[in-house]
Amino acid sequence: MPEIKVTPLGAGQDVGRSCILVSIGGKNIMLDCGMHMGYNDDRRFPDFSYITQNGRLTEFLDCVIISHFHLDHCGALPFMSEMVGYDGPIYMTHPTKAICPILLEDFRKITVDKKGETNFFTSQMIKDCMKKVVPLNLHQTVQVDDELEIKAYYAGHVLGAAMVHIKVGSESVVYTGDYNMTPDRHLGAAWIDKCRPDLLISESTYATTIRDSKRCRERDFLKKVHESIERGGKVLIPVFALGRAQELCILLETFWERMNLKAPIYFSTGLTEKANHYYKLFITWTNQKIRKTFVQRNMFEFKHIKAFDRSYADNPGPMVVFATPGMLHAGQSLQIFKKWAGNEKNMVIMPGYCVQGTIGHKILNGQRKLEMEGRSTLDVKLQVEYMSFSAHADAKGIMQLIRMAEPRNMLLVHGEAVKMEFLKGKIEQEFSIDCHMPANGETVAVTTNPSVPVDISLNLLKREMALGGPLPDPKKPRTMHGTLIMKENSLKLVSSEQALKELGLNEHQLRFTCRVQLQDPHSDSDTLHRIYTHLKSVLKGYTIQHLPDGTVMVESIVIKVSSCAEDANTKVLLLSWSYQDEDLGSFLSTLLKKGLPSGLC
Amino acid sequence: MKLYCLSGHPTLPCNVLKFKSTTIMLDCGLDTTSVLNFLPLPLVHSPRLSKLPSWVSKDGTINLEKELKECAGRVFVDSQPEFCLPERELLDLSTVDVILVSNYHCMMALPYITEHTGFTGTVYATEPTLQIGRLLMEELVTFMERVPKAQSATCWKNKEIQRMLPGPLKDAVDVWTWKRSYSMQEVNSALSKVQLVGYSQKVELFGAVQVSPLSSGYSLGSSNWIIQSHHEKVSYVSGSSLLTTHPQPMDQSSLKNSDVLILTGLTQMPTANPDGMLGEFCSNLAMTIRAGGNVLVPCYSSGVIYDLLECLYQFIDNANLGTTPFYFISPVANSSLEFSQIFAEWLCHNKQSKVYLPEPPFPHAELIQTNKLKHYSSIHGDFSSEFRQPCVVFTGHPSLRFGDVVHFMELWGKSSLNTIIFTEPDFSYLDALAPYQPLAMKCVYCPIDTRLNFHQVSKLLKEVQPLHVVCPEQYTQPPQSQAHRSDLMLELHPPPMPYRRCSVLNLPFRRRYERVYILPELANSLVPSEIKPGVSLATVSAVLHSKDNKHTLQSVPKAPPAPPSKKRKRVPEEPPVLLGPKPLLSGAVPLEAFLATLQKVRRDLIVVFRIMSCNTFLCCKNKCEESVRRNKQFITCRAESAGRTRSWL
Repeated sequence: MPEIKVTPLGAGQDVGRSCILVSIGGKNIMLDCGMHMGYNDDRRFPDFSYITQNGRLTEFLDCVIISHFHLDHCGALPFMSEMVGYDGPIYMTHPTKAICPILLEDFRKITVDKKGETNFFTSQMIKDCMKKVVPLNLHQTVQVDDELEIKAYYAGHVLGAAMVHIKVGSESVVYTGDYNMTPDRHLGAAWIDKCRPDLLISESTYATTIRDSKRCRERDFLKKVHESIERGGKVLIPVFALGRAQELCILLETFWERMNLKAPIYFSTGLTEKANHYYKLFITWTNQKIRKTFVQRNMFEFKHIKAFDRSYADNPGPMVVFATPGMLHAGQSLQIFKKWAGNEKNMVIMPGYCVQGTIGHKILNGQRKLEMEGRSTLDVKLQVEYMSFSAHADAKGIMQLIRMAEPRNMLLVHGEAVKMEFLKGKIEQEFSIDCHMPANGETVAVTTNPSVPVDISLNLLKREMALGGPLPDPKKPRTMHGTLIMKENSLKLVSSEQALKELGLNEHQLRFTCRVQLQDPHSDSDTLHRIYTHLKSVLKGYTIQHLPDGTVMVESIVIKVSSCAEDANTKVLLLSWSYQDEDLGSFLSTLLKKGLPSGLC
Repeated sequence: MKLYCLSGHPTLPCNVLKFKSTTIMLDCGLDTTSVLNFLPLPLVHSPRLSKLPSWVSKDGTINLEKELKECAGRVFVDSQPEFCLPERELLDLSTVDVILVSNYHCMMALPYITEHTGFTGTVYATEPTLQIGRLLMEELVTFMERVPKAQSATCWKNKEIQRMLPGPLKDAVDVWTWKRSYSMQEVNSALSKVQLVGYSQKVELFGAVQVSPLSSGYSLGSSNWIIQSHHEKVSYVSGSSLLTTHPQPMDQSSLKNSDVLILTGLTQMPTANPDGMLGEFCSNLAMTIRAGGNVLVPCYSSGVIYDLLECLYQFIDNANLGTTPFYFISPVANSSLEFSQIFAEWLCHNKQSKVYLPEPPFPHAELIQTNKLKHYSSIHGDFSSEFRQPCVVFTGHPSLRFGDVVHFMELWGKSSLNTIIFTEPDFSYLDALAPYQPLAMKCVYCPIDTRLNFHQVSKLLKEVQPLHVVCPEQYTQPPQSQAHRSDLMLELHPPPMPYRRCSVLNLPFRRRYERVYILPELANSLVPSEIKPGVSLATVSAVLHSKDNKHTLQSVPKAPPAPPSKKRKRVPEEPPVLLGPKPLLSGAVPLEAFLATLQKVRRDLIVVFRIMSCNTFLCCKNKCEESVRRNKQFITCRAESAGRTRSWL
């Protein structure tokens, strides 16, 4: 039985460093190649030595597919391709291809320039890595090689996020990456057609959450920001430069305009301008509303939101600052946090998921004393708020996607084990399909049952369809007969006559002959006639002939009569039929064995 | 398989392909050359046009003074311009299942088809094709609706009268079917039927046929189409280009191995080199401006204009034209310029890499930012106050019959300082200028048509090697004006099958095979046997299921075991249903082994065998048939593995 094998190197019962190996129909594919925000050591990257202990990965992988530009999905890419070694194709969408190198460079700068780490990938490596990227368009069927094809679907999670459908022969896998099933202020909802994959690999960040309506969350968010500003506090919103940031900017921008607020809003990174440009140029990837109105008004040109300077953090009075990165694990957001943490008037709003080990994760879990580098501790007095704005599908969304794609098997990644366990139960219960949740390094094999494609001769098919009528009758299934010719790599199903002709073979006749003894005190020819009349009355709709040479033919079955040597009243019937007429032949012999009914003339 | 040809215009095609059980319309081009027979629609009252004399036939018998006007010896219809639609009588267009659109120029007849023929299917197009197509339709509707004409001329269409008319009017075909422009409502309704597709996306039609658009390199989102089943492949080539302009390059290799290739949309200017024309365009433009004249460029609001602007972007500083204002006037000018910047995925590699920076892919963004290029929705409003001369104006419509261009013709036509430069190849410039004669302004004709020329297409066909080529009849002979140029026609072996308007072609196709899927259970039960080196056989008995044009073969379900009730016993007395022929045994039976096993199973069954060269007779005793039947499966199996020992028989 063919199998699809899946091994997560990262994101198996975990969030972070997504990297999933899939073997399907003899092809090996790496899905995502991310880094873990919670670690600063080797565990930061997936363990590529799982694939091979020594040497490059090129010969072990047919392709690498990156679902979107978040670092936990692409952060290890230059390390993998340039330092471990991989020269094959790397697929990602255009926006991902555009934005990914910028985030990688940012990541590299923080790690190497600020933290002083060595043995890390260089700017040149990022460039070399990006040269191996082949851009993907939505819904385009890309032929990686003769057998492997991939197709991207809109995932909604961030600009350019995609789900991928991977197909080899009649086996297929869908990998969702991160996705969002409800449209938000700047992106649309994920969509996939009913592609019935053998396996659906889905993220499960919010496996147990069913979120309230987006509107409520937005109102809550605005209310909290507003209250804090009113009492003169400062609001820190740690975000990643691209994605949620733009959504929240649009939200605050319209709110400021409507309420006529004066407090300044800053965006902390130089990336903003650039980031907004990407959104403008890739407007086809945003939601319907923005796309429709972009000629008149570009939603990504903000009036109230200005660039942040480090010195502004000490300015008196209220302000709102968007700062990167989003999990408070490094960079500017962490610096501002340290400055503002001591004042209970201030507030930090975490708009998204925080990976274990990050400060964001700690304060969300209620930790009020943080150990900082250099043994100092930091007292957290400011208000900590969590608002789930990260665009992941919740439990309802995941179920909705399963309904859309109708997979035969399910596999969960990118979530916490306990939550996965819960969702797994629900999926198995509701859809009666197997659901797997392998840990990192654990392999799951899913058996597939592909049907065999064969070329049927049109003559045979048409004849069969004509006989069978337009709709098959489930009570009386018609049996079709043909001969399958296997020659080199082709499989052809033809009628047996055609097969004989094509291969230059002679037909081999298999005939059954059968003697039936019968008590019938008549002359041979009378008996034959009686048989003829009898069969005529029993077998309606058959061609029955009484031939002058003293035989009765029922279709192609020959019946002859002779008297027994000892007893003239005992007739011996000789029946002869070919293998093709076995059903009718054995029916006739059974029938005739019972004798002829009286009253026949 | 049949091809119905509904348009005679080689670059604005409309063909319907019947392939397997589907009816597919390939493009929906609107022949707009018919508007050349009409008087221009001025934006503001034109005394010259309103004073044109009515045309009266020589003998004075025909006098349609309200309908026909004469200008410089030619007769024009004074009415809202009308278009020549694709033929609608050749087949019932409500049976069309899908319409495949290849580029935004070839979809202009869409509302006529989707709204007025009972069409209920789907239209497939790429996103740029849809968006820019919408802009072009919107522009057309605006051009027509903002200067409504009270009267509609119909008398001249009377056959008896048309016969008496002079010049091109007399020879115009199917004038009765000519139609006025559609409304915006019809456009919206038509475009709501469009389903977006991406290049190389495989779209299944009713499970029978797969269609897929390929990049054609001609314009933003332009495509050629592959229409195929598992065993047959038709390629439809429409406007395609091998030049490096702004769109993604043409995908040629996917056209390989076609049974039939339908070739349309070749260059209309086979003798004009686009690069040379671009150079001429620039130099004439600079010359006129330096002499203090204005330049008028009648053009479509999307397409070549992007290349013209890019070329000028590099040219104006060198030519000291930095202060000359460039105006782009169209109801959709702004949208067209904005839309061009957001289709990074559909652009050539150079432009794509700009977007990664991120910078706008087209330099006209910079021209707008530096105020060198200004765009207006019409000559009314801001334009009239901001307008400075000498200047360069890009505006439509290239036919010079409607749109803002009519106004500039009236305004600048009388001065020989001004120049009109024709860049669009769709209309003969002499015909376009006819209702403005006599003209003092200079006319420069540098048509830029980037579509394939005959040299490129024959090279392409040599590479992709289709079995048959179908093309408009115009491509099978040199153009009339250059009858000696045998290089300006298609010469192929076998010769291409020509079509004209209203042709119905039987495409030379012999379908012999169809795809069927053998379910795994059945596949596992098959017993193949090798009868020649590399050739194996297996007889298959199965139940065929056909649903949505997909065929599967399943194992024959086993009859449920008869419950031991009395009723059941009577069942065998019903004669068996008349069956189709069962498989003939191929090859011969390896007899000795076969019989040995057979006898081992039921020794008493077999009485006599008669063996002939390729016949085997099994004779059974009286009661044998039951057992034989029980062994049938076994016999079948053995007989299948036949051929192997055939020789010793």
